[in-house]
Amino acid sequence: MSYRLQVNGEPVEVDAPGMRRLLDVLREELGLTGTKEGCGEGECGACSVLLDGAVVDACLVPICQVDGRAVTTVEGLAREGVLNALQAAFLETGGAQCGICTPGMLMAGEAFIASGAAPEEDAIREAIAGNLCRCTGYTKIIDAIALAAERRRVPG
Amino acid sequence: MPNAVEPPVASPSSLQDAYALLAKGGYRPIAGGTDLMVQLTGEIGEPPERVLDISRLDRLRGIERNAGWLVIGALTTYTELRRSPLIAELLPALAEAAATIGAAQIQQRGTLGGNIANASPAGDTLPILLATDARIVVGSGRQERTIPATEFWIGYRTTARADDELVLRVEVPLVSDRRVRFRKIGTRRAQAISKVVMALSWSADGRAGAWRNVRLALGSVAERPIRAWETEAILEGARPDEETAERAVAALAAEIHPIDDVRSTAEYRRAVATRVLHRLIREEGSR
Repeated sequence: MSYRLQVNGEPVEVDAPGMRRLLDVLREELGLTGTKEGCGEGECGACSVLLDGAVVDACLVPICQVDGRAVTTVEGLAREGVLNALQAAFLETGGAQCGICTPGMLMAGEAFIASGAAPEEDAIREAIAGNLCRCTGYTKIIDAIALAAERRRVPG
Repeated sequence: MPNAVEPPVASPSSLQDAYALLAKGGYRPIAGGTDLMVQLTGEIGEPPERVLDISRLDRLRGIERNAGWLVIGALTTYTELRRSPLIAELLPALAEAAATIGAAQIQQRGTLGGNIANASPAGDTLPILLATDARIVVGSGRQERTIPATEFWIGYRTTARADDELVLRVEVPLVSDRRVRFRKIGTRRAQAISKVVMALSWSADGRAGAWRNVRLALGSVAERPIRAWETEAILEGARPDEETAERAVAALAAEIHPIDDVRSTAEYRRAVATRVLHRLIREEGSR
């Protein structure tokens, strides 16, 4: 079957079995290996992407349900080689260690910032509750999301 | 590792087409996929032979108030339940339950209909449906029929839904003075499958302070989500005081049959179920 979707703003046509995981389409067919596979069963959040703006685990989404929809992966965050505000905040606060959870954390963080919620610690913790960091570096990750959210709310 | 199994999938856009495919047999419905996608690896039982993607059946969406009923479409996601002003007004315990399921990624995809059809004994919304006298509407090319929640989960991961039927919606009767409380005990606040999940509903009998129409339902304490009929009988007509709490937990301990498994032990589950009920009753009594 052939499916048309938008990936990071670009129209893409994919020829794949309908039950192929969005994760496999991104990594194997489209070469977007920024999205990681951790557990493959919706526990760890390493494969988090945005589907029409909502954070989802790409390992649990069959490609047949992505037809006509828009996907944003970690590769879609930086513009022309310039990191976006959240990526920059991760560098500033030391929010990245080994890196396996980082793409998923960034996408969950993006969804939180886009929601416009006040960047309070409890709310951020809930927003990334589906993302496991094996280095247990949560504090710096929360700091990074709070910093980027604060900057978004107070432009300049 | 990409999944070894990629069964053929059909994505009908009308209920009639969906029913026609289901009538051919061998199809397993997929909505949010949070349960089914994991089964494709074949590590948990047999993967489905064919898959029916019901996500385009827009008639299965929406939350509305219809006369004395709250009607919730099967494709309603946990995120939608959490954000719905109608749920917040009419059945906030259901939003509370939805908030305990997985985390954002699961809540964006998982559906109420999926929780119902997947029929896990640990399904977190199911005790609420049992405790509020909800009914589940299923449909096929043959007919639509309405099944009381108390008759829906009939055994371990077994429901009254036939293979050619889809869960269409849930109807919850609206009772003006009904209170509903929800409690879930898991290893952590997010991403936890419950060790014990409980919903308690009652109507307060004004002056006397006694409880009427008491319903107590639990998950993860039996092979299916259950009503605790014996405990309800103790609570019916009683006031929520210390003595009532003691009698109720004795009944509950005798009536539930939890098991030891990877998430907990029978002993812990029995202890925590009774403790949670005791605390709920005392909290209400001290209001």
